[in-house]
Order: sequence, then C-alpha cells, then structure tokens
Amino acid sequence: MRSLSLIMVLLSSLLCVAAQAADGLFVAVVAEPYLELRSGPGRGFPVFHVVDRGGEVEVVKRRTDWFLVRTARGKEGWVQRDDMAKTLTRSGRQAVFAEPGPGDFSRRRWEGGLMGGDFEGADVMSVYGAYAFTPNLFGELSVSQVFGDFSDSWLGMASLVAQPFPKWRLSPFFALGTGLIYTDPKSTLVDEDDRTDQVGSAGAGVRWYLTRRFILRAEYRRHVIFQNKDDNQEVDEWNAGVGFFF
Amino acid sequence: MECRRRIFLLRWSCALLLVPVLSACSFMRAAEPEPYSAGEPVIEPELERREITEAYIDSEDFEVGAFIGVMNVEDFGTNLVYGARAAYHITEDFFAEAAVGRTDTDQTSFEDLSGGARLLTDDERQLTYYNVSLGWNVFPGEVFIGSDHAFNSALYLIGGVGNTDFGGDNHFTVNVGAGYRLLLTDWVALHIDMRDHIFESDLLGDNEYKHNLEAHTGLTVFF
Repeated sequence: MRSLSLIMVLLSSLLCVAAQAADGLFVAVVAEPYLELRSGPGRGFPVFHVVDRGGEVEVVKRRTDWFLVRTARGKEGWVQRDDMAKTLTRSGRQAVFAEPGPGDFSRRRWEGGLMGGDFEGADVMSVYGAYAFTPNLFGELSVSQVFGDFSDSWLGMASLVAQPFPKWRLSPFFALGTGLIYTDPKSTLVDEDDRTDQVGSAGAGVRWYLTRRFILRAEYRRHVIFQNKDDNQEVDEWNAGVGFFF
Repeated sequence: MECRRRIFLLRWSCALLLVPVLSACSFMRAAEPEPYSAGEPVIEPELERREITEAYIDSEDFEVGAFIGVMNVEDFGTNLVYGARAAYHITEDFFAEAAVGRTDTDQTSFEDLSGGARLLTDDERQLTYYNVSLGWNVFPGEVFIGSDHAFNSALYLIGGVGNTDFGGDNHFTVNVGAGYRLLLTDWVALHIDMRDHIFESDLLGDNEYKHNLEAHTGLTVFF
C-alpha cells in the first residue's frame, strides 16, 4: 500500500514537470503600479497597453534588451529590460534579468572575433575563435587573408595564448603559434606558382572588456615563414578588432 | 588514602578538561545567529532557491537568410546575384552582419567589339564576395497596411569590409549601403538592400577603384 502511494506521488510529480515543460514560459508578476507594453522592440515604439500591479505576463522571447510578453488576455507587446527587472516571480521573488558583465568576461569559455590590420605593408583580415582551458590559458584558431600588391595569401594558425591577469578589464596576453601560409601570386603581374609554407609566430596583445559580451582586441605578431629558399622570411603583423564571448 | 588521592586528581583533571571545552562552546554560541527577533519566521522554510535567469527565456538575437537580386560589375555588365546572410543583433540600434554572394558577369564592350579577344576565362568571370559589416537601424518604425495590419520595420545604414574573388584575383573590398527590414511576423523579415562594393583593380590596364552596385531582396528568420 505504501509503495503504491509512493508510485502515485512520483507519477503526479512527473506529470507536473511535464506540464511545466510543455508550458515552459516564465511568468512575471507586475510589482510596479503598471507595466508598459510597446508595439516594437525599440525605445521609439508607442505604448499601446499597460498591465496593472498584480497582473501576470508570460515572457515569450527576448530580442537584444527587449522582452516580448503576453498578457492573460493574449495581447503581445515588448517590454524593456529595466522594466522587466522590476517584476516579481509568482513566489514573490525578484526576477533576474541580468546583463552580462565584466565577471562573465573573466569566466568566459568561448571567444570569437574579427580583426583587420597590416601584414608587412599589406592589408590583412582575420577571424579567430578561442577556447579557455583555464582562465589563464587559451587555445586559439585563426584564419587570415592577406591582400598584397603582388600576391594574396591565406594564413591558418593554431596558437596557445597565456593571459596572466584574466580579471583585469584591460588584460594583456602572450601568444605562441604555428600554422601554414598559402601564397597565390597575382595573375596580372607575376608568373609564379602558388606555394604553401610553414609558419611559426610569437606575439603579444591586449583585450579590453567593452560592454555586455564585447571586447576590443589589439595584437602584434612576428611570423617566421620557413621557405624552401635559403632564407626564412620574417614578417610583422599588427591587428586590431572586435570580439565577443559566451 | 591512595583512593582519595586518586579521586582528587581525577576531579582536577576533569575540571581542567572542562575549561577549554566550555570556553569553546561559549565561543561557538557567539557565532550562532540571534535566537529570535520579532518579525522573523521562527522556522526558516527549507526551500530550494531557484534563480530565474535569462537562460530560461528564448533569445532571438540571430538572423539568417538568403537573398536574390541584380548586381552590376563595373565594365562587366549587370546580372543576377544570389547569396546568404547571417546577422547578430547587438542592441536595438546596431547589428553585425556576415554575407556571401555570387554573380556571373558578361563580356566587356571591348571583348564584344573586338570579336574574339577574351580577357577572362569562364571561371574567372564568376564573381564571389564575402564581407562582414556593421549595421545601424537609423529609422526604426511601423508600417500599416489597411486598418488591421501593422508591421515593425527599420531603415538601416550598413558598411563593412570583405573580399571579392574576381578575374583570378582576390580584392580587398569595402561595402557601403542602406537597407530596409520589414518584420512580417516576430521572427520572419523581408529585406530590401542597396549596396556598393568598392575594390581596386588593374584588370583593364590602369589601377582604379571599381564601384559595383547591387540591389537585392531577401528573407531572413530570427532565432
């Protein structure tokens, strides 16, 4: 008999969980005198509906700093983050609608971004992605395209990046990397074959936490291109750009 | 006598042991919270405190889609262009966009008139570009169709950098333009875009800036 009631309790709790998952939407209770619903996710859109204190709204989705909510009568409108932060949960607690901040920056796992700069006098564009093994040590992959006067190049690099002060807002880093450079001489000027060479590089730079999930990043790298010719070629690269983390 | 002495010693050792134990107890007491003050519940309910965070709310900051239109490649005629775009909406005002597009080009007037002289192979005649741009929703608003339908919209300015692969070479390319986004639903948008792709080329002798104008329309979805 006891085991039967236990099974009943387990089943009903399972059903509760299933019902919650099916519904799923977070319900916010208005705690200020009223909550303003706008017709679009922007500060200029007109307020077309208000929900009084004590009224409930379902939060359907978020876009940038705006939340689409649905009232009990089925009206849908957009509410700004600051207004959502003043609502309560059904149990009377303050709902958390936090923006990502500097703390998330020092705890980030993934980072990606785009940079542009100078590669020994030629324009260079690069994309990169990084993964944090620890807050101090990152693995990084990057692909760069170099637009030279006489040739175009693609550079793929894998690097280890050490960041000694992860909690600083302006945080320096040091990198060691290796990769391949593919050079394609311009067809209108030079009659030379394409070639692929190995590259080793060392560099340093800074990340500056900007706001939300965004960082500015600037770095210098010195590459050594191991060519088939007698001499290795040494190349300076300067880059700056924006990155985001999550 | 011996027995009494033992008891005496035992008592003292017990007392000596008790001193540190009692003092430790009183110290621990001081660290404990005040037993009860008015206005507080006597029994603290053992509820699991669940923080409601944004992770529980579906966020739709990404936008992907495809487009089709016409593109004029300077000296090489105007042709169909098609491609794909992905955007991330950073704030209500700004978004970052990555796009790729492809178009086939015609022969130049010179090639047509000379009758037979060809500047480019068929493969080189195909133009492929990719770029990364920053957009600014400069005029957000609503449009009304009839008295029952209102759609959110935005006129945006956009510009960025990228690469154009044309005529057997890669060209560093700057793009600038403007576009119009009409949200058909909360998550489906119609785009109309005008873009100028500017790159340096010496394909026809002199090295000069080429302006390549593109107009396209596309559909995107937010997720």
